[in-house]
Amino acid sequence: MSKDKMVPVPSNAIMPERDINKVPILETHHLGIDFGGLTAVDEFSITVGRTEIAGLIGPNGAGKTTVFNLLTNVYQPTRGTILLDGKSTAKKSTAQINRMGIARTFQNIRLFSNMSVIDNVRVGLHNSINQPLAASLTRLFGYRASERKSLDEAMELLVFFHMDDMANRQAGSLPYGAQRRLEIARALATRPGIILLDEPAAGMNPSETVELMENIRRIRDSFNIAVLLIEHDMNLVMNICEGICVLDHGKVIAKGSPDEIRSNPKVIEAYLGKKKGGVEGGEE
Amino acid sequence: MERIKNMSKFTRTNIECYGMVLLAFVILLPLQNAGLISYSIAGQLVPICTYIVMAVSLNLTVGFLGELSLGHAGFMSVGAFSGVIAVACLKGSAAPDWTKLLVAIIVGGILAGVAGLIVGVPVIRLRGDYLAIVTLAFGEIIKNIINCLYVGVDKNGLHFSMTSADELGLVDASPVLKGPQGATGIPKISTFTSGVLLILFTLFVVLNLINSKTGRAVTAIRDNRIAAESVGINITRYKLTAFVISAILAGMAGALYAMNFSSIAARKFDFNTSILVLVFVVLGGMGNIPGTIIATTLLYMLPELLRQFADYRMLIYAVVLIVVMIATNSERIKLFADRIRSVFRRDDDVPDAAGKGGGAK
Repeated sequence: MSKDKMVPVPSNAIMPERDINKVPILETHHLGIDFGGLTAVDEFSITVGRTEIAGLIGPNGAGKTTVFNLLTNVYQPTRGTILLDGKSTAKKSTAQINRMGIARTFQNIRLFSNMSVIDNVRVGLHNSINQPLAASLTRLFGYRASERKSLDEAMELLVFFHMDDMANRQAGSLPYGAQRRLEIARALATRPGIILLDEPAAGMNPSETVELMENIRRIRDSFNIAVLLIEHDMNLVMNICEGICVLDHGKVIAKGSPDEIRSNPKVIEAYLGKKKGGVEGGEE
Repeated sequence: MERIKNMSKFTRTNIECYGMVLLAFVILLPLQNAGLISYSIAGQLVPICTYIVMAVSLNLTVGFLGELSLGHAGFMSVGAFSGVIAVACLKGSAAPDWTKLLVAIIVGGILAGVAGLIVGVPVIRLRGDYLAIVTLAFGEIIKNIINCLYVGVDKNGLHFSMTSADELGLVDASPVLKGPQGATGIPKISTFTSGVLLILFTLFVVLNLINSKTGRAVTAIRDNRIAAESVGINITRYKLTAFVISAILAGMAGALYAMNFSSIAARKFDFNTSILVLVFVVLGGMGNIPGTIIATTLLYMLPELLRQFADYRMLIYAVVLIVVMIATNSERIKLFADRIRSVFRRDDDVPDAAGKGGGAK
């Protein structure tokens, strides 16, 4: 987490030392998108190590969620390339990109609200459960085994997030914090190499936020995957992120460790704001 | 523990559906055989079976896939007429009636499935109103095509024409399908038993599908398309699967229906029929299979039961529809129903029922 553990690599990126000799899980080069004449994101290049917790911060409207939408090809990039585990994701559909290894959550929670909690996770397991249509229709050809497998694996994930007692509740009826956790559980069910969290702490109280930080670290450690998160809660970002990228008006204005970001004059100017300590800020 | 609870919820719906149909069958069949059912009601048995299959299959598209299809009668029509032609091809054979009916139902199902695929591939990418409009157009197109289609069977095989019966050039045989006059001389081989078997088959397919990986994917697409895509579900594929299965079942129902009458015309399967089935689905409950079966039976029998009101029959029918629609959407009645239901259910299921009543968000 401290500065000396971050090592520069080619393309001007930094990564945690343990990830340095491995292919980065996510790399973007000069990524950009125009909406009509408006450039929403431009020259966006980042590198995320295989087990890194990285943060993407910036003022409202800076293009953070647009970056997530570009990474998952919800929007087709106008320029630039995305390499996922060394492979280009160009011309892939959102669903295909998920199968290649990117899972995400949404800023405004998108659950399957009419389905049960466990079924939400089971939908996430969709591509790892082998159940051909013939088995679905007839309850034969390994139907029972595949259903059991999906129930067991989904239950495991719910236990991981301490949600096993709500497995049969309707997802839409859960309290807000639980809905956020369920969304993460569903994303993890797709067995990604990197998970993108879009404002996971939005609307959470301080104790829920502490629990979330703990969960994010546990996700990285247990699943051995990378996390890229958008967040306005500077306490959370500075605490758990190893590398931070700051976006303003669609352009990267700074990259580095939390300490570097905290003291970067450009970032203070654009986002953190000039406070006495210059540490906490941005959000009221 | 959790798993057992989860399974039992599926099983409960299954038991409700299969049990209801079997019970009705066990009661009605001896009555029918003993001639205790009035002629007009006995004549309705196969059509009721047909419309239950239609409504359950449409519920797959409307309730579970969440797409409004207004052309379901079109698939029924394709199934009906291809079934009639298939049976006409078997005319000379010594095959027993049930084999002929089975062939008709299978051929009807397959051709309706093909029609579903042809319509589905371009249309399924559309959403909401657009899909409804295109399926509506499809129903009308099918009706008009069959209205000017002439088909005949003789020893040389099948003959088709789009202009007149004479052009078929049949050798000592009369045409099966005569354009606007429709199909005539159909053997009446549908029975109440075959109708119930088709319902059971439909329930087997639809209920299994819903409680499977495919069904969860379909429901997920309905609930939140963007999220479903983000977890790697191929939207087009699963929408198309549900749509085609729904079309196949409608085609099978069509074949069964046609074999219940000695003649049938394309105008029977028009927009009104599609809407009628949609009404059954909406009143029975979107995504509620037992409800669909009950609603179809009651609403189909209703005009028959209201016969004594003579001229005011359809007026009363409309009023009943409106009252039912208002009643099923009333919060107070929903709460009342939940309370009744909770008496019959174990305690741990109550929050679930309450959650459904309260709604999400």
